[in-house]
Amino acid sequence: MAVRVALFITCFNDTLFPETGRATVQLLERLGHEVDFPLEQTCCGQMHFNTGYARETIPLVRRFVKIFRGYEAVVSPSGSCVGMVRELYPMAAKLINDRQLLYEVEELASKVFELSEFLVNKLEVADVGAFYPHRVTYHPTCHSLRMLKVGDAPVRLLENVRGIDFVELPEKEECCGFGGTFAVKNADTSVAMLSDKLRHILDTEAEVCTAGDNSCLMHVGGGLERLRAGVKTVHLAQILASTEEDTNR
Amino acid sequence: MTKEASDAFAPGKTPHFEESAKVSLADTQLRHNIGKATRSIREKRAVSVEELPDWQELREAGRALKERTMRHLDEYLLQLEESVTRAGGHVHWARSAEEANRVVAGVAKSHDAREVVKVKSIATEETKLNEYLENEGMQVFETDLAELIIQLAGETSSHILVPAIHKNRAEIREIFLRELGVDELSDDPKDLTNAARLYLREKFLNARVGVSGANFAVAETGTVCVVESEGNGRMCTTLPPVLVTLMGIEKVIPAWQDFEVFMQLLPRSSTAERMSPYTSFWTGVSKDDGPQEFHLVLLDNGRTAVLADEVGRQTLYCIRCSACLNVCPVYERTGGHAYNSVYPGPIGAILTPQLVGIGKQGSDSLPYASSLCGACYEVCPVKINIPEVLVHLRGRVVRYRKDEGGLKGKLDPENVAMKALAKTFSDRRLYEAAQKASRIGQWPLARKGSIHRLPGRLAGWTEARDLKPTPRQTFREWWKSRNGS
Repeated sequence: MAVRVALFITCFNDTLFPETGRATVQLLERLGHEVDFPLEQTCCGQMHFNTGYARETIPLVRRFVKIFRGYEAVVSPSGSCVGMVRELYPMAAKLINDRQLLYEVEELASKVFELSEFLVNKLEVADVGAFYPHRVTYHPTCHSLRMLKVGDAPVRLLENVRGIDFVELPEKEECCGFGGTFAVKNADTSVAMLSDKLRHILDTEAEVCTAGDNSCLMHVGGGLERLRAGVKTVHLAQILASTEEDTNR
Repeated sequence: MTKEASDAFAPGKTPHFEESAKVSLADTQLRHNIGKATRSIREKRAVSVEELPDWQELREAGRALKERTMRHLDEYLLQLEESVTRAGGHVHWARSAEEANRVVAGVAKSHDAREVVKVKSIATEETKLNEYLENEGMQVFETDLAELIIQLAGETSSHILVPAIHKNRAEIREIFLRELGVDELSDDPKDLTNAARLYLREKFLNARVGVSGANFAVAETGTVCVVESEGNGRMCTTLPPVLVTLMGIEKVIPAWQDFEVFMQLLPRSSTAERMSPYTSFWTGVSKDDGPQEFHLVLLDNGRTAVLADEVGRQTLYCIRCSACLNVCPVYERTGGHAYNSVYPGPIGAILTPQLVGIGKQGSDSLPYASSLCGACYEVCPVKINIPEVLVHLRGRVVRYRKDEGGLKGKLDPENVAMKALAKTFSDRRLYEAAQKASRIGQWPLARKGSIHRLPGRLAGWTEARDLKPTPRQTFREWWKSRNGS
């Protein structure tokens, strides 16, 4: 059954990781679904909300609802931005005591999915026909894991990728230390957390560390690159979009 | 010898979390000790929780009980007062730390007590009771092994449950050799404990007044409960003729039956045990058995203000199990002292700023001492949504800065940047223009593919991490060119 999907790209991916967006479109279209990209979308407001700027977030919440409410499914290659919409939009609406907005965000929330949970739980597809001949480890980002509870959906997808050498990450559930503005406000603590994450990644001897969130991957990748560690970070969508014809993604 | 403790509950300024964290992070011994200890406790906790098939229901029940208690706190406290009084105890109400300390000192003085023995109690650390009693000419002895170590070392606690978690046995041996007047001592835990036991036995027998905190107090019966591992608590609450208990008003529970839930939640969450070795209950006084005079001091010290905040209120549900500390990736690396409070870790990051009030520099930095990873919420036995409260308190800090901070608050670079970004995100054209500008703006920074140094407040990122430059084409540009729109 083909689904008409609205892609919620997130401002972060739109600007810094367009390749993840392209991969998400290619993947969903390859699976036979129709992808629409509402051009009015900008930012969900997560950074503002989590840094304490709730008042500034509200107009972005209203915008988001207006842009996406007409779709049967909204899919995003970002666990934390989906977490914002699904878990924190209701909190924002409650904060200003706006019952109408609360009703609207709750209705919308049930249709917003992180990519891996959309594939595995909603479409019930674990094998997306991908080919990726590399040693890969997976970091389950905090918001995917504990806020969205995507469970083993990403791992099931990865295990079905042909050619992959999947290796489990030790202490995988521990935060990488990104945390949005935390990485800058508490840079020392953030880096202390990162150094342990990098140690575990290097212990796996993987070539690639993947995740469902480019914000965490930018953090991990920034550390790996500074150390010339010889491990790259690649978003899960890009691995799933890779095929036999296109293995150098 | 005594290291000056900087603490949010003491007068004067305290440092920001990030400043103190920098110091702790550089202490390799501390990093090793705390990393090892928290890893061990959290693994054991996971196993003991796994045993209970209804753990999630128990958490739900614990939260529901606390919710109801907080909603009717006024009634339950009055009921508690009545029950304790009926059982022969005396109840005192203390609005502040100062008032609470004065009551305790007054009781001790009325019995000419020179020496006071204490059960481990964070409430008394919050009020700085030891200092107060010492200033009144009394000697105060901490009898919990870890608290004793800390007291002898002249330090402050760095963990709710395991105050000396930052110390290893070699360090403890040093302290005992120096402070207890023992000549020979190995660093075998048995020997260390024995040295403390010999020292403490005499104190228990001599002290005229025992002081405790409380894990719970039952409104229905007036029963006070202390849960502990060593038995020193039971010594303190049974040997001295006078017992004073200082407890935060949020520790009241409605009925005896509620222990069914809390006695399953607390030991497993705190020490990973099915049951704690010593669980003591006492109801007022019993003739010829135990203390013949009992005082219960009910401490507010900012708690009613926390109660008034609808989102922040859940902070008062805390049963001080410390599970959130043991799973917190921030606490695991910085230890407790970086929080500059008797309440460290995730729960401290939300409790301290609320108890002392928003608008104090040091404690205002605490809600930011988290990556919002959510591990604390996942383990909390009474389901306190700590990340939610953290974000809520960040909002209160930002509002305080804007509303009370005058022009300086409004011109704060973060405030200005956030406002500008919010405006940019509210309009597609402004957003797309900003995307282009970020591509042009980065050229002096991007060298050979990645950015190694960022300016100003963002420099923290590039201290240890490179930054990927903005690519030539945004996603939406690709989409538009592909779809010809």
